[in-house]
Amino acid sequence: MSRALAARLLPVGLLVVAIVFPLLVDNPYLVSVAVTAFVIAIAVYGLDVLLGYTGQLSLAHAGFFGVGGYTIGILTADHGFNFWTALPLALGLTVVLAHLIGLAALRTRHDYFAIFTLAVGVMIVIIIDRWEEVTGGTDGLIGIPPPPPIGPLRFDTLTAQYYLVLAFLVFTIYVVWALMHSLVGRTFLAVRNSEDLARAVGIDAGRTYQLSFVISAALAGLGGALYAVFLGYIGPAMGNVQMTFMMLVYLMIGGVASLAGPLVGTLLVMGLMQALSAFNEYQMMVLGPILVVVIIFFPHGLAGQARRLLSRP
Amino acid sequence: MTLFLQQLVNGVALGSVYSLVALGLTLVYGVLKVPNFAHGALYMAGAYVAFVMLTSLGSGYVVAIVAAVAVVALLGAVMEWVVFRPLEGKSPVHAMIAALGVLFFLEGTADVIWGADFRQVPTPLDGVVSMAGINITEQRLLVVVAAVVTMLALYWLLKRTLIGMSIEAMAQDREGALLVGIDTRRVALVTFALSGVLAAIAGSLIAPLVLVFPTMGAVIVLKAFVIVILGGMGSVPGAIVGGYLLALAETMAGTYVAFAFSELIAFAMLVLVLVVRPTGLFAKGV
Amino acid sequence: MSASQPLLRVEQLGKSFGGLKAVNEVDLDVPAGKITAIIGPNGAGKTTFFNLVSGFLAPSEGRIVLGGEDVTGLPAHRVARLGVARTFQTTRLFPEATVLDNVVVGRRLHTRSNVFDAVLRSGRHAREEAESRERALETLEVTGTAGLADVPVANISQEARKRVAIALALATEPRLLLLDEPAAGINPHETDGLSRLIRSVVERGVTVCLVEHKMRMVMDLSDHVAVLNYGRKIAEGTPAEIRGDPKVIDAYLGAEHG
Repeated sequence: MSRALAARLLPVGLLVVAIVFPLLVDNPYLVSVAVTAFVIAIAVYGLDVLLGYTGQLSLAHAGFFGVGGYTIGILTADHGFNFWTALPLALGLTVVLAHLIGLAALRTRHDYFAIFTLAVGVMIVIIIDRWEEVTGGTDGLIGIPPPPPIGPLRFDTLTAQYYLVLAFLVFTIYVVWALMHSLVGRTFLAVRNSEDLARAVGIDAGRTYQLSFVISAALAGLGGALYAVFLGYIGPAMGNVQMTFMMLVYLMIGGVASLAGPLVGTLLVMGLMQALSAFNEYQMMVLGPILVVVIIFFPHGLAGQARRLLSRP
Repeated sequence: MTLFLQQLVNGVALGSVYSLVALGLTLVYGVLKVPNFAHGALYMAGAYVAFVMLTSLGSGYVVAIVAAVAVVALLGAVMEWVVFRPLEGKSPVHAMIAALGVLFFLEGTADVIWGADFRQVPTPLDGVVSMAGINITEQRLLVVVAAVVTMLALYWLLKRTLIGMSIEAMAQDREGALLVGIDTRRVALVTFALSGVLAAIAGSLIAPLVLVFPTMGAVIVLKAFVIVILGGMGSVPGAIVGGYLLALAETMAGTYVAFAFSELIAFAMLVLVLVVRPTGLFAKGV
Repeated sequence: MSASQPLLRVEQLGKSFGGLKAVNEVDLDVPAGKITAIIGPNGAGKTTFFNLVSGFLAPSEGRIVLGGEDVTGLPAHRVARLGVARTFQTTRLFPEATVLDNVVVGRRLHTRSNVFDAVLRSGRHAREEAESRERALETLEVTGTAGLADVPVANISQEARKRVAIALALATEPRLLLLDEPAAGINPHETDGLSRLIRSVVERGVTVCLVEHKMRMVMDLSDHVAVLNYGRKIAEGTPAEIRGDPKVIDAYLGAEHG
């Protein structure tokens, strides 16, 4: 079998595995872990759009995850909206907020940008924490309802929710694939690889970063919204810098700037953490050094290693 | 007027700590051009070492500070040697992500050893000095005096010693420093250790006045970032002036406007600086 | 020079860094359809001059007029869209990409596809992508690098990199092409080939302005030469006039000139 064919068949095979997964494992706990991993993977794809394809590190990423989650949570739990009407609103608010923040943050690049977005991330959590009457403060919000049925499709069982989240994940991967195999994606990479050269050939670097930042935040918002709905509760911790750090760990281990990387990293690391949940208190102590080792020795992550092995004659 | 003076003194004490933390950050940035996100964890480590020395080991306060300085300086040096040196010449994004890895490692380690609970550090200096109608705790007085002494010592180090002058030379022009025969790796190592010293002094001085917990460095390091951006990344005077300015602004806003507001001042300043002048208010032109 | 309007007119252009004037009161006309060279000793302000004209730096003083339109202070990408392309002194290309993919990026300013075109795989997107590749290949033909189209730029020779950099600039369909030391680091034989390439580019109607240290190349190739020293224009004329100008000789020998 040729490599090109294998490369085409692999995603189809993975999709088949994902589809039969809840039918084969008769374990609701594992299915719910998969749901959580899928929604976080959606946000990790968002992180990759900015970090992998335009080279900027946003430490406010989980902040946007939180904005998406809290918007849909507040609208559905407290204001009678349903999932299908609240989701576009949650995405809309995330996009508008990201656009406004991007206008200020993207006056800077690289290290200053990371610091500025760190401040934004902390501010989002402070606001969630303090605005108790709306957000529930440190207690968070519970009782976020599942999506109402569309015609005959009901989403009140775990399996149905699994397939809905899977559909969103497939949609996300398609969007990222389509973007990266387009003139827009070429523009992103051009700006990442040499901002000066990109400007010299007429590319507006500022607008390119802005676009990448907004798309990145929108995917974080989508992931956050789904996270809120399918876990049924939200708390300020979903927006904090530690959450951004976890997403970074998934992305770097899976492989930055690769289509498979975010999903592989998220599934693998979250799966291992579930398997080793007895050692949960050592999580940060272990993940910190792992991240450092990955950065130093395998900066392209598992996907990069796999690519290198495959391209070897 | 009394309230104002009282708050002025409190602001100066807070500013001393802000400045010390910001100084370590700005020195490392100047030499390595890396925003060390793990710097707040060094400050936290300093506070925990002082806590252990004062409680479990029952040492005196001076010994506690010296121990904190020694441990955290070593921590800083190891961080440079193990994490940042292998990343030399790679994309700065890699160093930033690695710094986050170190941050969560140190916070996670503190969490495993001491738990997430807030710890109180007993102050050996529990007296109060009264002057002109205002009361200053001895601990606050110590914070200010020790910080000023540290800053003077730092000034002497940077201006009068070979290693200090090498740090400044490297901050100005890394390649030039290499050309004139400065051992840039040694300077980087020393700078990280020095940033640990400054963070440890700040952490062990403030420990008796605040609560000690694993993520105690998170907010102050963010403020330190605001300070060094305000003062110009890599600038020593900028870090000192900026530290006191931010602390005074926060204290006064907390007293005369609203407590909740004081926390947002740092962020408001950051946004302002970025919109008005992204390279820093006091930074020299391009 | 000629009576026709110059493509680029620079008036009293100045740029200071701190107290230092890197470019100082420079007037220069770049005539359309010709090759203009800017020469001068190291640190004379040649690259700064290019950075000002291409919008990478905003001038402290003076005016830059392109084809009758004032472009002073416009950002680099706007200047590029108005028809000014440039190469860099240390040849810059997009690493990790093939030669063809590099040059395709140079077509971006002639395409309009956005995020929605990409996600919906619109007809416009397919058409523009195909057009961009086709035009990029044509440009590679012009620069004699079509055979390298699918090779990663990391694996091609220094001379090929110079040619691909020119192809990338040409892909934007510029009116004015600024070449910053196009022949640095290549051998005399390759330099001759590059001169021929530059001539053929001019024959296609592109005006060329270049900074170069290789005097033989400058004298053979240029229609017009301007000399900068300490940020000021000290001489201007045909290659023959410049060759005999004592001020120029002094500048290169480092002698003080009263």
